[in-house]
Amino acid sequence: MLALFEQRRDLVFITGDLGYMALERVAEAFGERFINAGVAEQNAVSLAAGLAREGCLPWVYSAAVFAVLRPFEQIRNDVCLHQLPVKLVGNGGGYAYGIMGATHHALEDVAALRALPHMRLYLPLVAADVAMVVRQMAADPSPNYLRLGLSATITGEVPGFAPWRKLKAGRGAVVVGAGPVLQGLYELDSPRLFGELEIWSVGTLPLDPIPAELAASIEEKGRVITIEEHYRAGGLGEALSCLLLTSGVRPRSLVCLHAAGYPSGRYGSQRWHLEESGLVGPALRAHLQELLRA
Amino acid sequence: MYKKANAGHIGSSLSCAEILVFLKFAWMRGDDTLVLSKGHAAAALYSVLAEAQVLTAADVASFYEEGTKLPALPPFNAFEEIPFATGSLGHGLSLSAGMALGAKLQGRDKRLFCVTSDGELDEGSVWEAALFIAHHQLTNVVWVIDRNGIQAIGKTEDVLALEPLDAKLRAFGFHVLTVDGHDLASLLAAREDCEAAWRARPAPVVIVANTVKGNGISYMQGTVDSHYLPLSDERYSEALAELEHAHAAALRDHGNAS
Repeated sequence: MLALFEQRRDLVFITGDLGYMALERVAEAFGERFINAGVAEQNAVSLAAGLAREGCLPWVYSAAVFAVLRPFEQIRNDVCLHQLPVKLVGNGGGYAYGIMGATHHALEDVAALRALPHMRLYLPLVAADVAMVVRQMAADPSPNYLRLGLSATITGEVPGFAPWRKLKAGRGAVVVGAGPVLQGLYELDSPRLFGELEIWSVGTLPLDPIPAELAASIEEKGRVITIEEHYRAGGLGEALSCLLLTSGVRPRSLVCLHAAGYPSGRYGSQRWHLEESGLVGPALRAHLQELLRA
Repeated sequence: MYKKANAGHIGSSLSCAEILVFLKFAWMRGDDTLVLSKGHAAAALYSVLAEAQVLTAADVASFYEEGTKLPALPPFNAFEEIPFATGSLGHGLSLSAGMALGAKLQGRDKRLFCVTSDGELDEGSVWEAALFIAHHQLTNVVWVIDRNGIQAIGKTEDVLALEPLDAKLRAFGFHVLTVDGHDLASLLAAREDCEAAWRARPAPVVIVANTVKGNGISYMQGTVDSHYLPLSDERYSEALAELEHAHAAALRDHGNAS
């Protein structure tokens, strides 16, 4: 952001009173263009729409759930209908707020924003993606949403941020995922199983046309598994299913792995919730093994 | 327009007609922008924009017609003079604040005139915007509240009491001016008071314009029905006759005065 601010003096950074020990340098650099709008997300988003109409490039930062769901109608009416370049930044997508509990998790932010016209979502995977994503968002005249979380640690070479990225080859099944939840695949503790997986990362929604290599790979292997830290409804699995069908790509099987919510009524860290949802750890391993045997 | 369209919401338009005329033709200049947050009064806005030659007679005649550019509430990205599609209540003041701040950051001399209804003040987001405008001392926002005392299905004081409204607004940090929203002389005086208030102590201004829903047409005045009911032929003729009478009387008075 700081580097971008040096080049783009039309930037305005609005926070919904979050960013302690994180935004101090931004505040200092941006001066009067840094605004703490208080715990008032509805106003913050309409304010950003007004700023954008005057030619500014506003970024609105809050927790993912408060940046998207509290001011949803402001995003719909004031930003998306008018196709204004307002940049929403939601920190803590999925279960990232962990033990803070259900009110602080964002498990339906992607679904909500996918429904809106002109909105483009950015879902970075690794830390190195973020700078590139921020530059792309600044150049994108559409409304955008940046879903941030603790970035993934991925072994092996990760190509630069792109709407579709092939992370590794494998012969048994194609796994398509979005965001840091993909890290779970790299921690399966079963080299044989891991070796079977061809892994792709989705960086933006709506999905770009399916790459020919991915389409061919799906036709060849027949098995597609999607993985996302989000409810199933309106998420990546549904988006990809639709894209595959409308593109004439027909896998033999398609399984969507997704956040389960709060099945036990108990709370824990992000990792704890991911385990309960079967998105990391032994449950994920067992599930994938079963799918590959089928 | 409402007769031809067989539509409701005429009461909302009549309560702010003079306010919009006053703002557009007696106060706004240059880049100043009007945000009609109470989008239900779109017909009043369209009439003013037609008078200002932004809209054509054909545009106005198409109000409510299939395929019109002018729906019952303001459209998005259609006319430069309608910066935002409004009518989902509680957005306009924040949008005005954003434009005001954007203009200020870019060193542009521009004022935002935002007209909200009073029923709209039920929306919490209006008060978020009020806090923001006061905190950032956005003196290039002029907020006008069309205080007709009636909201969708009841009187504001019966539904969710707003009074003491002046005290609330003052407590939020606004200069509060109260005017008769149907009297151009009173509105003009408010413009002068507003500028005097700014000279005395720069602070954001809100004008509480006391108005009558369905103003000018006696059977509509102050009624909830005027928010909804279309005009029958008989009621339409009655309303026109009353307006023509009032118009003739105003011309006569003006003639006598000058």
